[in-house]
Amino acid sequence: MNSILVAEQITKKFGPHFALKNVSLEIPTNSIYGLLGPNGAGKTTLIRIINQITYPDSGHVLFNGEPLKAEHISMIGYLPEERGLYKSMKVGEQALYLAQLKGLSKGEAKKRLLYWFERLEIGDWWNKKIQELSKGMAQKIQFIVTVLHEPKLLIFDEPFSGFDPINANIIKEEILQLKERGTSIIFSTHRMESVEEICEYIALLHNAEKILDGKLSDIKRKYKNNIYNVGMAIQDGEKFINELSDSFQITSSDYDKAAAQLQFKIQLPSEDTRPLLDQLSSRGTIHNFVETIPSANDIFIKTVQSKSVNE
Amino acid sequence: MNKLGLIIKREYLAKVRNKSFVIMTFLSPILMVGMIVLIAYLTKINDSETRVISVLNESSFFSTDFGPAKSTSYVILKDLSLEEAKDSTLALNFYGLLYIPEGETVVEVSKSAYFFTKEAPNSNVLSKLDGVFQERLRQEKLVDLGVSAQEFEDIDSGFQLQTETFEGEQNLKGINEIKAFIGGGFGYLIMMFIIIYGGFVMRSVIEEKTSRIIEVIISSVKPFQLMMGKIIGTSLAGLTQFAIWIFSASLLLLVVMSFLGLDTSGIQNTAVLPGSAANGLAAMPTEVSEMQLYANELFQIPWAMLIFFFMIYFILGYLIFSSIYAAIGAAVDNETDTQQFIFPIILPLILAIYVGFFSVFGNPHGPIAVGFSLFPLTSPIVMLMRLPGGIGEGGVPIWQLILSITLLVGTFIGIVWLAAKIYRVGILMYGKKPSYKELFKWLKY
Repeated sequence: MNSILVAEQITKKFGPHFALKNVSLEIPTNSIYGLLGPNGAGKTTLIRIINQITYPDSGHVLFNGEPLKAEHISMIGYLPEERGLYKSMKVGEQALYLAQLKGLSKGEAKKRLLYWFERLEIGDWWNKKIQELSKGMAQKIQFIVTVLHEPKLLIFDEPFSGFDPINANIIKEEILQLKERGTSIIFSTHRMESVEEICEYIALLHNAEKILDGKLSDIKRKYKNNIYNVGMAIQDGEKFINELSDSFQITSSDYDKAAAQLQFKIQLPSEDTRPLLDQLSSRGTIHNFVETIPSANDIFIKTVQSKSVNE
Repeated sequence: MNKLGLIIKREYLAKVRNKSFVIMTFLSPILMVGMIVLIAYLTKINDSETRVISVLNESSFFSTDFGPAKSTSYVILKDLSLEEAKDSTLALNFYGLLYIPEGETVVEVSKSAYFFTKEAPNSNVLSKLDGVFQERLRQEKLVDLGVSAQEFEDIDSGFQLQTETFEGEQNLKGINEIKAFIGGGFGYLIMMFIIIYGGFVMRSVIEEKTSRIIEVIISSVKPFQLMMGKIIGTSLAGLTQFAIWIFSASLLLLVVMSFLGLDTSGIQNTAVLPGSAANGLAAMPTEVSEMQLYANELFQIPWAMLIFFFMIYFILGYLIFSSIYAAIGAAVDNETDTQQFIFPIILPLILAIYVGFFSVFGNPHGPIAVGFSLFPLTSPIVMLMRLPGGIGEGGVPIWQLILSITLLVGTFIGIVWLAAKIYRVGILMYGKKPSYKELFKWLKY
């Protein structure tokens, strides 16, 4: 597997306090990688190390197979959580300045900016000052500035905070398109549900340590517990539930006698669903049969709990 | 364009385009001139107020001592009793009544003389009256000792000791002070520049922190580059402002001088001086021949050398202090938290100015002057006050100059390094005001 970024045994201390403790990560090229964990887990510190804003006490980072060095800065686009713009500078001028700092020539930067301004329909903002814009508008500018130099690796720290749902969606679509064009993307967030649907890989950080990482689908398979939500039409449903609980574990059930509708949650002993399905279809009509897949949040809580039990 | 260049350009333009900068640049010379005019005007008004004092002289002395004077006029009262005199003085709303009773001798008369006023008398008036009596008493005493009036005149003729150096050059009174004043002008300029533009650097850092753009920028450039770019850009804006001021001040000076019909040829040489020093020189009341000597002496001040070292001390001193200002800006979240950190920085600057004016002016090569011109945080100001005396023999010894600059360069490297560390950590810290202890910890991150 080709990796855009490899972090090996990164440790960073602030005084006696560990911000990162032996964290290793591998971010596959052209993937969307979720860096998840609660506030203070060490996500931002790790991102700052990748951006060469701070340096690790030990461990090292490889970018595209080479040790991370200053030239790589122009290949990374970073949208920090604490983001802002110069209030009294004009939008266009400011975007040009930031693009030039990333190594674009003035002409090229201008060309690309005009393209993006057109694309996000903000062309008439060029001569406005930032202080005249709303927060969401400023976020759009920041997004453009982050992606303008066509970086190989994009890092978004809490990207959707501050966006209204419509603009958040526009940005999400843009990010997915960038991925289509070959960009690798890191999402860092403590709101795990917000990125779950678009991340292929995740890593969970907790108290400066990585507690889990890998392909999201693999992790979910590993953490799934064979619980299914079942809905069916059946006469005398209460009796049927009693029958079922002899051989299976029923966690919750609800029977609507008038409509003859039964809903229940059932735990299977293995992945094999055939015995249950046979039994169900012999007694009524199945409306829905859905496996409950744990959310990243569930997995996180579970992992943290099992970890603290082990300790 | 490289990144440092881009940052410098942005900082420069951000500063220069700022409305308050434009207003300050063009308004402050006008304010300055207006202030001088106002002060001159007020002083004139103050002087032109004449006080009328009535004099009731019952003695046979002092008959000629109370003639018309510049700001006081005397009304001689005759054939009135003291009570009547008091009443009429009050009725005429005069400033006061001087009562000189009858007596045998001047001494006796003087001892029993009185000055009556409505309120406690003005000290100027009182000392003037005191002077009259003192002078008269002295004269009397000398007459008693057999000194004639003519001889008395002769005694009073002015005398000044002639001075000369061992090499035979004629020394001029106060030339040391003038030289130190010129150096002091340079030193003062450095101090003002550091305080004003250091403050700008600090505010600019705080602005980047509060607007949260800082992390966006330092994901593209090194914090050190940003800090230096900011310091250099801001100082270039400051130099622009100073250039405009000096240019307009010398222009103004030339205009004023030609208005007053003064010879401007001598002024052209002093036009490069900061305005205050030039004003001080122009105001020097000297005779023409002496003026020539002073002018010669001023020509002999090694201007090229002085400006060269001014640049060195200015650049190094400014970089040291403004990087401390940048570090302070990075350490705090808002300007109100900066006070506790700023005071210790300004202290050496103020100390340097005071030490300069009180110690270096009188004795440019005394131990205090030498000490403070070596200590890196005060040397940019104090050394410049010593330098107009020249380098080498009779001036600043070369070893002191070299040592001073070496110490300054060493301090510069050390301070910028420390400030960059605090800056690097501080710009990403939000929320709380750090203590000195925490700043010290940051150095180790």
